[in-house]
Amino acid sequence: MGVKLLLDKAHIPGIRQYDVYRREGGYAAVEKAFKMSQVDVVEEVKKSGLRGRGGAGFPTGMKWSFLAKPEGVPRYLVCNADESEPGTFKDRYLMEFIPHILIEGLIVSSYALGSNRTYIYIRGEYAWIVDILEQAINEANANGWLGKNILGTGFDCQIYVQRGAGAYICGEETALLESLEGKRGNPRIKPPFPAVKGLWDCPTVVNNVETLAAIVPIINNGGDAYSKIGIGKSTGTKLISACGNINKPGVYEIDMTISVEEFIYSDEYCGGIPNGKKLKACIPGGSSVPILPANLLLKTAKGETRMMTYESLSDGGFATGSMMGSGGFIVLDEDQCVVRNTYTLARFYRHESCGQCSPCREGTGWMEKILHNIEHGKGKMSDIDLLWDIQRKIEGNTICPLGDAAAWPVAAAIRHFRDEFEWHVKNPQESQIRNFGLAHYADERPAVTPV
Amino acid sequence: MSDCFKSLRLELGFMTFTEEKLVEVKRLVSAYPDGKQKSALIPVLHLAQQEFGGWLSAETMDYVASLLQLDPIEVYEVATFYSMYNLKPVGRYLFEVCQTGPCMLRGSDDIIKYIGDKLGIKPGETTADGLFSLKTVECLGACGYAPMMQLGKHYREHLTKEKVDAIVDECRKNASSNN
Repeated sequence: MGVKLLLDKAHIPGIRQYDVYRREGGYAAVEKAFKMSQVDVVEEVKKSGLRGRGGAGFPTGMKWSFLAKPEGVPRYLVCNADESEPGTFKDRYLMEFIPHILIEGLIVSSYALGSNRTYIYIRGEYAWIVDILEQAINEANANGWLGKNILGTGFDCQIYVQRGAGAYICGEETALLESLEGKRGNPRIKPPFPAVKGLWDCPTVVNNVETLAAIVPIINNGGDAYSKIGIGKSTGTKLISACGNINKPGVYEIDMTISVEEFIYSDEYCGGIPNGKKLKACIPGGSSVPILPANLLLKTAKGETRMMTYESLSDGGFATGSMMGSGGFIVLDEDQCVVRNTYTLARFYRHESCGQCSPCREGTGWMEKILHNIEHGKGKMSDIDLLWDIQRKIEGNTICPLGDAAAWPVAAAIRHFRDEFEWHVKNPQESQIRNFGLAHYADERPAVTPV
Repeated sequence: MSDCFKSLRLELGFMTFTEEKLVEVKRLVSAYPDGKQKSALIPVLHLAQQEFGGWLSAETMDYVASLLQLDPIEVYEVATFYSMYNLKPVGRYLFEVCQTGPCMLRGSDDIIKYIGDKLGIKPGETTADGLFSLKTVECLGACGYAPMMQLGKHYREHLTKEKVDAIVDECRKNASSNN
């Protein structure tokens, strides 16, 4: 059993309610933090090595220290609960079953950053979770953890929940702020960064749900203790939402010391692949990150065991590696078609492009159409190169990372599964009735000796 | 603010929130600093869609604009951006079925086809009796419980043909008992 810090109490009946949560030691982090200075709380988070759990993995303490503090200007903390990356449903689990850990983390973080008005921006579809969060906020208010002069410290704080209305792009922090201001979710040009000019032009920190929940164990046990869990710069625990062709889809907390193979096959986690099928491919960190064939997923190009850490998952760069991303772990068995999977993801990104930047607005549409043709037996061999060309021209040429997010899955699919795309083109009829199958994607690769 | 709401209700007469819903609107607006009531637009549009027939007509959007003291265009541009707002009438029960990668891996294509065949409609259409609409949507964050759909406020997960049958029956039953 690995260390659990966020879900360790998930099994306790009634943990969603304040009384039970408090009885189990809840809100101790607030009591402890309020006895510390704001600067010390930030220092503790820096020491922990916590990296943003939304997908980018940027060090949280550093992000907090960038927050501008001009006199007389309010500062805001915004919780990004717009979880929309395909394959990702971890924040939902946390908010639905242990809402108070988020509220507790938000109070501590608001104190550290000096935010008197803190917002949770939650995706519109999670409508029932809004009620759960508002209930938790009301309970926290009734018990004196929110409001004016909390615990006699002179610190005021209120938390509000705002629902989005269906837009993946609002998970991008500046689009989220636009949406919170009641506008279309068009990402802003950076700089200025939100830390200087964010919500209503005031200094703002935007953090993911899981990141803010992790503040609770960091304050309770100390940043040093947190930093000792895990390997290297992958400190602490990470929630992984596992889905696709596995026996036990669900949300798992891992302490970033286990291998990918153990995560997929151990009964503690995904429990292997159903019906005795073989592993073909996996998208380990949400739909935007590169898909890897089984052989590169389980072992790096150097022949080392691939671990569930930020560093190991990205070992080999995009040529032979992937990313931890948001922790949306999507498994494909031998019966799945990588072309079809890539097509549905391209359709997703076309649907979700905000339309501001032409490379993304036009490029995502072209990629969807071309992939639709290949998938439906109407592709040409030159289409594969055309797809490669389009994705290359989107990447890096847009205001926000949605362009990259749309380009990477297509690039990785062609990079690693080109045979399968070519087979579709060469066999337009056969590809409509059967799939390419496992082919050579699980075969042992010759280890590359680094120069 | 309350006087402003009252006079608007009288003026607009044809389409207004009930007193109870106006209290809710005020609660939504109060979450933001003074003068930032535009921020309440997205939640108020949700409320309007729920109250005025499951979709946003131009009249509804204009009403919301006047409530929040915005130009109508500010409401239109938001309403047309976000996929949860319906800009044309939908059936009483809107089946929003996810079709993105992770759901596809678990058989959402078959479920979408099954619902379409069962109800005799294609995605984007409404049954002749106005009871059901089918809409395909992109990832709703239920990948581990796929295939799935959203029905009203809640998710229906681990869908099978049998579950779809039961959901359709349940909707028909609710519709007939509410009439």
